[in-house]
Amino acid sequence: MNTSTAAPKTTTSATRPIRRPGDRIFAGAAAGAGVLILVILAGVAVFLLVQAYPALVAAPEELPTPSAGGEGFVAYVWPLLFGTLLSATLALLVATPLAVCVALFISHYAPRKLSQGLGYLVDLLAAVPSIIFGLWGLAVLAPLTVPPTRWLEDNLGFIPLFAGPASAIGRTMLVAALVLAVMILPIVTAVAREVFLQTPLLHQEAALALGATRWEMVQLAVLPFGRSGIISGAMLGLGRALGETMAITIVLSVSGGVTFNLISDGNPATIAANIALEFPESTGLDVNTLIATGLVLFAVTLIVNLLARYVINRRRDFSGAN
Amino acid sequence: MASSIQATDLDIYYGSFLAVHDVTMTIKPQTVTALIGPSGCGKSTFLRAMNRMHEVIPGARVEGKLELDGTDLYGPGIDPVTVRRQIGMVFQRPNPFPTMSIYENVAAGLRLNSTRIAKGDMDVLVERSLRAANLWEEVKDRLGKPGAGMSGGQQQRLCIARAIAVRPDVLLMDEPCSALDPISTLAIEDLINELKNEYTIVIVTHNMQQAARVSDVTGFFNIEGTGKPGKLVEMDETKRMFSQPREKATEDYVSGRFG
Ligand SMILES: Nc1ncnc2c1ncn2[C@@H]1O[C@H](COP(=O)(O)OP(=O)(O)OP(=O)(O)O)[C@@H](O)[C@H]1O
Ligand SMILES: [Mg+2]
Repeated sequence: MNTSTAAPKTTTSATRPIRRPGDRIFAGAAAGAGVLILVILAGVAVFLLVQAYPALVAAPEELPTPSAGGEGFVAYVWPLLFGTLLSATLALLVATPLAVCVALFISHYAPRKLSQGLGYLVDLLAAVPSIIFGLWGLAVLAPLTVPPTRWLEDNLGFIPLFAGPASAIGRTMLVAALVLAVMILPIVTAVAREVFLQTPLLHQEAALALGATRWEMVQLAVLPFGRSGIISGAMLGLGRALGETMAITIVLSVSGGVTFNLISDGNPATIAANIALEFPESTGLDVNTLIATGLVLFAVTLIVNLLARYVINRRRDFSGAN
Repeated sequence: MASSIQATDLDIYYGSFLAVHDVTMTIKPQTVTALIGPSGCGKSTFLRAMNRMHEVIPGARVEGKLELDGTDLYGPGIDPVTVRRQIGMVFQRPNPFPTMSIYENVAAGLRLNSTRIAKGDMDVLVERSLRAANLWEEVKDRLGKPGAGMSGGQQQRLCIARAIAVRPDVLLMDEPCSALDPISTLAIEDLINELKNEYTIVIVTHNMQQAARVSDVTGFFNIEGTGKPGKLVEMDETKRMFSQPREKATEDYVSGRFG
């Protein structure tokens, strides 16, 4: 502390730039934090690899067999991975178009006061803990879906998605995916809205001056500009949906089979929910197996995030060209 | 095709700020009208009021009367979208749609309002517009390439082609050459001279020589001070405006003796 009041030595400043103690402390802290994050990440990866290893090399009979198979780790993780990807993809398919519409409404249709309020609301929704969404899904959404799924089974049962038998309590893949969709809606909306708001006025006015209606202007100028933003927002949402644990654990009724049937009680679990369910009662190799499934999830989310990064970077080239 | 425009006692506001006050102006069909005046005097504002682009800005509004061939453009039941189809606009900065090809840019306006046009007819319309904009020879071999990959002058001519593709009655241009080099500027001025056979053209420019070269009639806007509204000081045949204007302010401005 006492050095801060000392006069700077002008003789040494020619070779070394003067750095105030405050600067030095801050630079050190920032660098330290950066390194710490890397160390933690690497630690997680190493932990996963080391702990997963016994399960990866174990003989098939030694592994737990929640599903029908029991032929080694791949057979164990495959239904879980399938459930994870199915629920997350469905959620994305539902949430993205909706998010784009909401974002467009906020950015280009709503009166300014309303759009500001809506913007705050969406940001707030993004902060709601997932367990709340899970409870809502179980208590409200699930019973609500029972009559419609019955109808789907009766009338559209020939489509594998609605083969049934329809669940009597509604704890179906459909409800799980819808809960996930509601959960990721805010983040996707927020990202899309930011991009839409950045659409150059120049191009919006070009469209309007040609005699475009507002919707045509959106199609000509806003959506093409926001396309990659929508994609990266969707990727962020997908990342969240893949890793979601509590909401799925609460909502989804699991029996382990690989099926596209969305309206029955017999659903594949997801990796994250399976870990949460099984971990407390596991010992020995079972724990390693669960951690190995975690490693798979880690890899999948990493790939999704890399994809998102790739898309965002490509977009940077695009805007630079103009 | 070409139409006349009549503005009567036109006041143009941004919220409560009166930007242009009491403009009365007649624009004859198939003429080029140049609007000149110092920065901030409301030339762009007036131009944008003419095709109802002004009201795109929140809080912006217009009082008074503006007629296209006798129809009140701000009358009840008049759709601004229709007005903008009849009165096209070219902006100061070239603004082709960046994600579209040259062809798609020209076709963009033709596809609006759920108009269906067969591919063959569209080809003809696109070629005609590009020819009219003196751009066909330069781009005919790369119609599928992005419009953003051309020079500024080419982009501006592409924007003109896009604007005239929908066959408007009037073409408004807001400093269309201010971002261009002298050669491209000349190309656009030649183009304006050709287009006036078919269209009524209003062009805003800061370039006196350009106004003198391309226009038949010149209107001089002025502003008394910051915060005051801009006004139309004088409007007359271009020759007369540059040789013997009636107002002292006009003479000072066109001769470059301006405060
Ligand atoms: N979007 C806007 N909101 C509020 N005021 C505006 C807006 N655009 C322009 N103005 C004001 O309206 C007045 C006229 O502006 P305008 O852009 O029409 O001038 P101009 O004659 O085109 O100037 P220049 O030659 O620099 O283009 C100015 O006082 C300007 O500050
Ligand atoms: Mg201007």
